[in-house]
Amino acid sequence: MYAQMIKTAGTGVKSREEMTEQERAFQDKIDADIKIEPKDWMPDDYRATLIRQIGQHAHSEIVGQLPEGNWITRAPTLERKAILLAKVQDEAGHGLYLYCAAETLGVSRDELTEMLLDGRMKYSSIFNYPTLNWADIGAVGWLVDGAAIMNQVPLQRTSYGPYSRAMIRICKEESFHQRQGYDAIRKMAEGTPEQRKMAQDALNRFWYPSLMMFGPSDKDSVHSAQSMAWKIKINTNDELRQKFVDQTVPQAEYLGLTIPDPDLKWNEERGHYDFTQPDWSEFFDVIKGNGPCNTDRLAARNKAWDDGKWVRDGLLEHARKKRARKVAAE
Amino acid sequence: MKNEWPLWEIFIRGQHGMSHRHVGSLHAPDAEMAIKNARDVYTRRNEGVSIWVVEANNITASSPSDKGPLYEPSESKVYRHPTFFDIPEEVGAM
Amino acid sequence: MTRDETFLQFLLRMGDNTLILGHRVSEWCGHAPVLEEDIALANTALDLIGQTQMWLGLAGEVQGEGKSADDLAFLRDAWDFRNVLLVEVPNGDFGRTLMRQFLFDAWHSIMLGRLLKSSDDRVAAIAEKASKEVAYHLERSSDTVVGLGDGTEESHRRMQEALDYLWPYVGEMFASDEVDAEMAAAGVAPDPASLREEYDSLVQRVLTEATLTIPDSRFAHKGGRDGRMHTEHLGHLLTQMQWLQRAYPGATW
Repeated sequence: MYAQMIKTAGTGVKSREEMTEQERAFQDKIDADIKIEPKDWMPDDYRATLIRQIGQHAHSEIVGQLPEGNWITRAPTLERKAILLAKVQDEAGHGLYLYCAAETLGVSRDELTEMLLDGRMKYSSIFNYPTLNWADIGAVGWLVDGAAIMNQVPLQRTSYGPYSRAMIRICKEESFHQRQGYDAIRKMAEGTPEQRKMAQDALNRFWYPSLMMFGPSDKDSVHSAQSMAWKIKINTNDELRQKFVDQTVPQAEYLGLTIPDPDLKWNEERGHYDFTQPDWSEFFDVIKGNGPCNTDRLAARNKAWDDGKWVRDGLLEHARKKRARKVAAE
Repeated sequence: MKNEWPLWEIFIRGQHGMSHRHVGSLHAPDAEMAIKNARDVYTRRNEGVSIWVVEANNITASSPSDKGPLYEPSESKVYRHPTFFDIPEEVGAM
Repeated sequence: MTRDETFLQFLLRMGDNTLILGHRVSEWCGHAPVLEEDIALANTALDLIGQTQMWLGLAGEVQGEGKSADDLAFLRDAWDFRNVLLVEVPNGDFGRTLMRQFLFDAWHSIMLGRLLKSSDDRVAAIAEKASKEVAYHLERSSDTVVGLGDGTEESHRRMQEALDYLWPYVGEMFASDEVDAEMAAAGVAPDPASLREEYDSLVQRVLTEATLTIPDSRFAHKGGRDGRMHTEHLGHLLTQMQWLQRAYPGATW
């Protein structure tokens, strides 16, 4: 998922007795599945947590443009180039919708951007992994977008209206992403021996980082409980991870690719696949800034922002001049 | 100096004689660029659509009251009057 | 040259322009100054790639060797490319990219307008679809050139530098040779030289509004549209673009 390890503000779920009257009314609305809208009263902790979560999600979309954008100029056919470009463009669009949703909470896009650029806010760990061969483009669509959808589909029902509506719009586009990814990697898996090798190599590198996307187990976390009570988190990380594994294994089998986990096997009793957990120490390294691409990704975003300043300023100044001329003419 | 492009609310009319509906927001230096950006972001430049843009600052919204009697879901039906965005109609019930 | 060979040259000129410019514009994806511009540039690139598929698809048919648009895009060497030099120069900063876009869009929109009346129905059909897209490209690039030219001191300076750098590449779009003469005689396409007057007045109007000064020189670099001498930049672009097709011949993607 694109929002990981979001620190929920506050001290955990309050009992009804501990709540103020306003807080009780707020919680009742959420329990009755009534959306919270921007001008409604909301607890400060709810607002702060949502800003972190939506902001991180938006940042993930924007940084997420980079690993796939890495292959746009090397796409092997005109059609593949158009599909990939349209997909990476959609990610910019998703980032835009999410920033707008965050802006209804009283923070501006530029403020959020600056927090990303100076490292105060994070983005999903997955985008700190490199895309090294063309099959990675398929793997990212299939696995990374597939994992993201697991989280995003339930978030369409999240309690905050603007976030929920952004997620609805995003989910409509994401299913195209996952399908194009699977289609691209299928071509490789069914292709020449070299293409098959690329496909397997991509799966080997992206499998565990995809599992990490859901974040470490949070079933006992008080913070998680609060976010779930607020309906800004719908499922636990473990539930989503299991669902992802269960869904993906048959898809890999269809491709004739091997998931890099010797202990992966169907558990009849549980009705789920048993699988090996990712290396969580690697995950925490990536989160701390020591993933393979953290430095490059942030540098690329900083460069785009810094290089673009004169453009943003120039167009704004022109708009001011135009307005002034109009006023003077009246 | 803070030099952020203003936020615009975007309203689009589809081709079927419907009223303009709120589809989302975006940033632009002025109204003309907001319309162009809306074409690129929200319509992928379909022809025959009509776009309205309103600077978000210029929208006056009613204040929902959360106190006392007004908070009665069955009566106030807050959820039927989203204050900011419309849900895209293609999405259907939610 | 036979009639078909001449026609093929014309189609390659159209298709290679959109192919190479679409590629250049796509390089911006994920790196633009603001999200809205990132999305808009991707739309432009997508339109150009789509137009490339049509022009080069038709070129493959006319050539009659069973080649697809992809074969033509990914398996020709630099000397076989027929795009003008303007579209292959590197992006530079955002200002140079948008100035190049404007200078090309202005030519492109006038050219496509004439091609609507082409005696060849297939050409007219491509022009029909492309001209609508390009009308919007021109609207957008004009506005941006005006906004940045008449913006801050820095944006004005950068746009003037971009114009000074790119202006010597403008003339090639209007150079005529025997291919153009034959296409014009057959009513397939206009003589490029005949577009210049309309182009100059359009460009003059926008650049004046942008408070920019057109360099006082008609010198023009040439060699792209006849493939005689491309810039050094094209080879690097092709190295990247064609790499997978070259490294793994015959694979399906």
